[in-house]
Amino acid sequence: MNPENLIVLLYVLVLASFVGFELIAKIPPTLHTPLMSGSNAISGITIVGAIVASGPDVWSTSKVLGIAALFLATLNVVGGYAVTDRMLQMFKKKK
Amino acid sequence: MNQDIIIKIAYLVASVLFIVGIKMLGKTTTARKGNTLSSAAMLIAVLITLLDKNVLSYTEIFVTILIGSAVGLYIAQKVEMTQMPEMVALLNGFGGASSVLVATSEYWKLAHDSAATMDPIAAITTALSVIIGSVTFTGSMVAFGKLKGLINGGSVTFKGQHLLNALFLAAIIILSAMMVSSPNTEVWMFSLLFLSLVLGVLVVIPIGGADMPVVISLLNSYSGIAACATGFILNNQVLIIAGALVGTSGIILTQIMCKAMNRSLANVLLGGFGQTVGTSSKSEQEIVTKEVGVEETAMLFDSASSVIIVPGYGMAVAQAQHVVRELTDLLEKRNISVKFAIHPVAGRMPGHMNVLLAEANIPYDKLIEMDDINDEFANTDIALIIGANDVVNPAARNNPQSPIYGMPILNADKARTVIVSKRSMNAGYAGIENELFGFPNCLMLFGDAKSSMSKVVSELKEL
Repeated sequence: MNPENLIVLLYVLVLASFVGFELIAKIPPTLHTPLMSGSNAISGITIVGAIVASGPDVWSTSKVLGIAALFLATLNVVGGYAVTDRMLQMFKKKK
Repeated sequence: MNQDIIIKIAYLVASVLFIVGIKMLGKTTTARKGNTLSSAAMLIAVLITLLDKNVLSYTEIFVTILIGSAVGLYIAQKVEMTQMPEMVALLNGFGGASSVLVATSEYWKLAHDSAATMDPIAAITTALSVIIGSVTFTGSMVAFGKLKGLINGGSVTFKGQHLLNALFLAAIIILSAMMVSSPNTEVWMFSLLFLSLVLGVLVVIPIGGADMPVVISLLNSYSGIAACATGFILNNQVLIIAGALVGTSGIILTQIMCKAMNRSLANVLLGGFGQTVGTSSKSEQEIVTKEVGVEETAMLFDSASSVIIVPGYGMAVAQAQHVVRELTDLLEKRNISVKFAIHPVAGRMPGHMNVLLAEANIPYDKLIEMDDINDEFANTDIALIIGANDVVNPAARNNPQSPIYGMPILNADKARTVIVSKRSMNAGYAGIENELFGFPNCLMLFGDAKSSMSKVVSELKEL
């Protein structure tokens, strides 16, 4: 990786962090548990990395590690989103 | 347009959807939609990666995703709402493990290809990803074990603990430097992996009980940072953006939790709450409590006109949220106003009580935050405390020697009558006596919260 590319990525990181701080500071405590499980599911974005890592054609140690990563990341993503949805479904206003 | 541009645009769309999704999570009315948007973003990112890497033909990838999804859906449907902290800890750990495995896989690929050389930037990001991912993984597993009661849920401290942790950290820094200077020597990489895994265990074992919300928030943040580091390895912006959102979310929650306990993050991380502080003179006085039976409790409720319920972790343990809802309905039928006072650290994770009460169909506009309800206690007939202890301990206000002095608390003691549903006289997590229980306006209703409450409900029905 060349340094210019690294700088671009750092820009992305810093700006995204600012957006994150702005948005999340406004979330009310009622929604903190769904926020946690939902953001947990988002951190499963490593699934993208896992797909890349499990890509090579031949079976190798590298690929086995990639497949294991893919399994755990999928679990994290699907489990996280599903449980968050289940929780949010329960938040109701007085009828 | 060539494929490369399409892929980049798809990643951009995914990033935007993640951000909008998080924004919508901020309002109860739009939260569910926000979660759906964010999962759509994930789907786009996954599909486009499958296309990009031309891996559509690999059955093993599909089988893995299918099995992973099935297991994930199954767990998400089965899990009890009281077990949400464990669930979050477990999934967090999986996220961390996945980051480590991706980093290790990439490292292996490079180290075994004599033609490839690893530049310092790649080596640094790999080292970071391995360290943060490992600590997230083992740390979350320990947190999971503690919450589930598989291992000692309290604070485990031993002599020289901080020194040992410091040594580990120093060794990890040295190993990272070695790895960056000679990336092809595998021994550095694997020693780094091993030490980081052990460090994850060491940093979480001294933290226990009511400090769990802090540690879960912090690990949540780590899992995001780990995803970020992986994004740097793979030169992938969507990983960095999504990881940054999760990272900041965890950090903000950690700050909120620390503030609600009037403790610094360092203080929580070093563990051992209440052990360093000598017993205060006040707590040595014998506290004389007044007991109350279920019939009398029911009569008290019957003659009240306003009630505030203060739930705590004990309500979750006893699974009493549904019977509390029944009680609420009964009281409201008699035109008694019922509100819930939620302390930010009640339960074992941020927002734990809100989820439990939502599960029991209690409308969220009845759940009121500490700062908004604290002045109302003085005009309230009954404060009913279910399984909460330290968050209503007046010592936090008026006893400078108390270890929890300065912690913001719910002013439940100011209500005309305080009824405490509690299993026994055991102290709370902080290990200190609660002088509230000896107050003249305080009545103790001993017994399991669920059975006490259901008895009160049936008594009320007969009145």
